Amino acid sequence: MSEAVASNLDTPKSGLPGLVDDWTSDKQTYHVPWGKAMMWIFLVSDTFIFSCFLVGYMTVRMTTAEPWPLPTDVFALSLFGSDPIPLILIAIMTFILITSSGTMALAVNYGYRGDKRKTMYLMLATAALGASFVGMQAFEWTKLISEGVRPWENPWGAPQFGSVFFMVTGFHGLHVTGGVIYLAVVARKVAKGHYDKKGYEIVEIAGLYWHFVDLVWVFIFAFFYLW
Amino acid sequence: MSAEVGQQHPLGIYLKIWILLFILSTLSYMVDYIGFQGYLRWTLILVFMFLKAGFIIAIFMHVMWERMALVLTILGPPVALLFLIGAMAIEGDYTFGARVDYFGANPNAEPLPVTHIGEHEGEAH
Repeated sequence: MSEAVASNLDTPKSGLPGLVDDWTSDKQTYHVPWGKAMMWIFLVSDTFIFSCFLVGYMTVRMTTAEPWPLPTDVFALSLFGSDPIPLILIAIMTFILITSSGTMALAVNYGYRGDKRKTMYLMLATAALGASFVGMQAFEWTKLISEGVRPWENPWGAPQFGSVFFMVTGFHGLHVTGGVIYLAVVARKVAKGHYDKKGYEIVEIAGLYWHFVDLVWVFIFAFFYLW
Repeated sequence: MSAEVGQQHPLGIYLKIWILLFILSTLSYMVDYIGFQGYLRWTLILVFMFLKAGFIIAIFMHVMWERMALVLTILGPPVALLFLIGAMAIEGDYTFGARVDYFGANPNAEPLPVTHIGEHEGEAH
């Protein structure tokens, strides 16, 4: 016992023995800043919220005997007078979100190196990409609403299509919007040097939230748009 | 490894994963663009989805470098969702069957064709 505690003090064990030590040594379990642990717990709870939406969508799509509108046609878009290209806007939105995840990962990296300027600019780039994502989503909503899609009806098939679309993409868009504001605030504080003494974990914590928003989109893209 | 000093890793790994995510996104878009159907479509969608999700969680969110106690706290509880998905799939299948068998719903109905606004004028929008 004393041996385990002593070894825990200098270099904690990894893997399963580390798990046992972390939970049994009568002290702080998670060796991360408290803000990071709390962000993870929030993200796990948010996972359940999005999962409830997606499982509800699955159930509704399985149970309805009315035909489900084909997303590949519904979200097709003509660019510069071309024939409608299937899902093209959604594909562009996916690439934008992945690009923003990349810039965020770099921001976290430069944050830990103490490069304030690069961290701030990369975070602002991430926020700008997120804002353009929301803009495209607003365009998509406007287009579908003008074509007669409502939460209770649409011109093509099962009325549940509209409720799922507005609910799931709306809730995700709300997360992106919140993330843009969050990143802008943290970027401003980085630039002002508020984290010089505290350390740059806050950038990683904001990054976790942003990557989570990207992660949720991976599932929405697969299950709602591609399925 | 130690979380006290934060997660510091070489830039290269982020750039590689970034490119990989681009490739995987392109591939999953191609599934729709090429128009694969049936089990092939669903399998490809799921494979690309899980690969993308896995790389984001493991590398971008640094889970593969975290201590086991935190990893299990993150990845453990969502396993319960598998039971929810399973239960709702069984229930959904039953409801659909009841609608077809007892309420005369047509199980093979096709959705109405989609016409976009302005399409008949040959306008892009």
